[in-house]
Amino acid sequence: MAATDPGRPTTIGGNPLRDPRDRRLPRIADPSVLVLFGVTGDLSRKKLMPAVYDLANRGLLPPGFALVGFARRDWADQDFAQVVHDAVKEYARTPFREEVWSQLLTGIRFVSGSFDDDDAFARLAETVAELDRNTGTSGNHAFYLSIPPGSFETVVNQLARHGMAEADGPGWNRVVIEKPFGHDLESAQELNAVVSKVFPPQAVFRIDHYLGKETVQNMLALRFANQMFEPVWNNRYIDHVQITMAEDIGIGGRAGYYDGIGAARDVIQNHLLQLLALTAMEEPTSFAADRLRSEKQKVLSAARAADPALHSARGRYVAGWAGGREVGGYLDEDGIAPDSTTETYAAIRVDIDNRRWAGVPFYLRAGKRMARRTTEVALMFRPAPHRPFPDMSEMDRNALVLRIQPEEGVTMRFGAKVPGTQMEIRQVNMDFAYGESFTESSPEAYERLILDVLLGDPPLFPQHEEVELSWQILDPVLDHWAAEGTPPEDYLPGSWGPQSAVDMLARDGFTWRRP
Amino acid sequence: MIISLPNTTASEVSKELLRARQTSGATTQGRVFTLVVVTTPAEADEALAASQLAATEHPSRILMLVDDPDAEASGLDAEVRLTRGSASSETLVLHLRGEVAAHPASVVTALLLPDSPVVVWWPTTSPVSPVDDPIGALADRRITDALGDADPLQALRIRAANHQPGDTDLTWTRLTRWRALLAAALDQFPHPVTEAVVEAAADNASAELMVAWLASRLGLTVQRLTSEGPGITRVRLVTEGGTVQITRTDARHARFEIPGQPDREVALPRRILSELITEELRRMDADEVFEETTRALLARTESGKVDGSPSEGEHQ
Repeated sequence: MAATDPGRPTTIGGNPLRDPRDRRLPRIADPSVLVLFGVTGDLSRKKLMPAVYDLANRGLLPPGFALVGFARRDWADQDFAQVVHDAVKEYARTPFREEVWSQLLTGIRFVSGSFDDDDAFARLAETVAELDRNTGTSGNHAFYLSIPPGSFETVVNQLARHGMAEADGPGWNRVVIEKPFGHDLESAQELNAVVSKVFPPQAVFRIDHYLGKETVQNMLALRFANQMFEPVWNNRYIDHVQITMAEDIGIGGRAGYYDGIGAARDVIQNHLLQLLALTAMEEPTSFAADRLRSEKQKVLSAARAADPALHSARGRYVAGWAGGREVGGYLDEDGIAPDSTTETYAAIRVDIDNRRWAGVPFYLRAGKRMARRTTEVALMFRPAPHRPFPDMSEMDRNALVLRIQPEEGVTMRFGAKVPGTQMEIRQVNMDFAYGESFTESSPEAYERLILDVLLGDPPLFPQHEEVELSWQILDPVLDHWAAEGTPPEDYLPGSWGPQSAVDMLARDGFTWRRP
Repeated sequence: MIISLPNTTASEVSKELLRARQTSGATTQGRVFTLVVVTTPAEADEALAASQLAATEHPSRILMLVDDPDAEASGLDAEVRLTRGSASSETLVLHLRGEVAAHPASVVTALLLPDSPVVVWWPTTSPVSPVDDPIGALADRRITDALGDADPLQALRIRAANHQPGDTDLTWTRLTRWRALLAAALDQFPHPVTEAVVEAAADNASAELMVAWLASRLGLTVQRLTSEGPGITRVRLVTEGGTVQITRTDARHARFEIPGQPDREVALPRRILSELITEELRRMDADEVFEETTRALLARTESGKVDGSPSEGEHQ
């Protein structure tokens, strides 16, 4: 039998039942406690709680998993369990199964208190210790801070003070924080100092929920699993790149968060620059997180914003009509000061100083109340060097578009002859959608993130070096805008942004793609 | 949308598919493989439902071959089924009447997606050697289900004896959750196993595979005890540090016991057919661990250790 086989299979981590070739067996996380701060927020209810359930339903959570909520509510365990139950029923992607729920339910706890309340954190420490003893979570704890960044310091210090951040305990302690990671380079460094004083770098998981691991891996696969794209992926064939994140909604009820932050800090600093890094970086030597990270850092450190006086634009939506509905302007939103200078649209140009990309501008734009919701990276090719076809215009250029949202996929745009006796060329689109070829029930970004945290997988999400490099790119633009001190240029809702954005590309001889 | 094409040919069906695609405006093919399901009129409905559910995770072209060799008139009737919403999958139901049933490959070959993998699934009875079957020979992956056979244990042994890379059996797929829990148990309690016991209903094919898998992985002779069932009811791994034990408590739960930790109830639902097929379709390469397990199963069969009836069960 296999015991005496010379080619006895290897195992994983010394577990004889695990074999690297046995890909049916999922990696199951260690028994652990997930502590959620900010359980009353939208994110918790719509994303985090359902993701925990979906993981359990897929059999990816360990026997012995506990979920602890912490908030300033006068709730008992069962009240919190009810909140989780309702959130799961409404938002989970997998079907509701009583047996999965009952397994989760045994580990649900709630601790009531505010962030500066020592007693509450003492109770939290007790609760976690009780779970370690009674459900066998063995000292493994993950703290998810779904809270405003202003409270990070308080919470992180409370965790340290009550012995919940120890690196040399029986298990592990990890912390998850959400963007924004600061509002400029200096504050990002301060934030990092606060968190890293308490948690070592490998225990800190920064999440950018717009840019899930799946998206990152899809981009890597497209670029590096294929032979046909990489040869043209440079300044010889591409003349510029447009990275867009457009939302068709306004700021909704998020005035408190959004005002003073604006589109550049909210979107460009983190995921548009991450998309830029993934698009522009060289091939990593492996897909290990640290190799990938070093390539991203390399390209980000070669990137700089072009002169903001010429190559940036900022806008703010006014009242008008969008999608057949009458909507208010930014200044009409609840809680926005009339003298606010926060932009809801931002566009910048980034140049990358290396052999591959010298001379290829990357245009990054992010806006709210745009014509439609979309996130994409469009590589715009140079026109064909010689055009023997009389009707072909200068504007007819090939494009390769990596669509991120709402329908993740790839579009190729190329010229084709119109049937008939005339030699007429039209641009056509060839579309591929991931959702069409693979799985509509693929794990959601948050599921993968939570699982990565519990597994201790080094995340594909940015470490603080990348965060700081991104701020270094954006800070000069922000400083320029602050120095101007004027309100952003108005644009109509349902449009593609202000005139200055159009001018900014026209200056370089380009036009924005209509996504 | 269902388009019926009575008394037709494969090339007519092909044309109709193209026409339907042009009308719907879907111009790229997102489908990643062709799934051929070989059935009889009696079992076609269940297999069709399961394949279509599986197709929501794996957009594919499904060819349902409904064999009806006893039909009076020989011929091919086809139905093209395009589902709106899950637009990525298309299903062709092909009734092979009379003599045509003896030449299924002539129909199938013309309707495979170009350059994409082919998976064939026999929901109940399957050929003795799947790879030598005319349809099986076209496929990269061949899925059988010993449980669909009148004598599952015997069927499983035949599978094992004729195993070729690319073959898998759903009795193995049914074990995945059990195997995952056992692997998780040893992750949490990493001690060398000295003794392993599987308790299951008599004649349970999955239990035999479980025994064979544990034997091949642990290098032990695994005890097989007979219980009331249904299916596998308990697996016990004895180590020097104590006993790890997973016990099915009802159709949806199990008790998970590890030394030094509180007993826990875990979800262990019996999985429905579409989930099994979905899991199978995730991988197009050979399942080497399954292959090793079938070898271990054969070794046990030869040494006469297979539990064929309750009376043969070993007891402590």
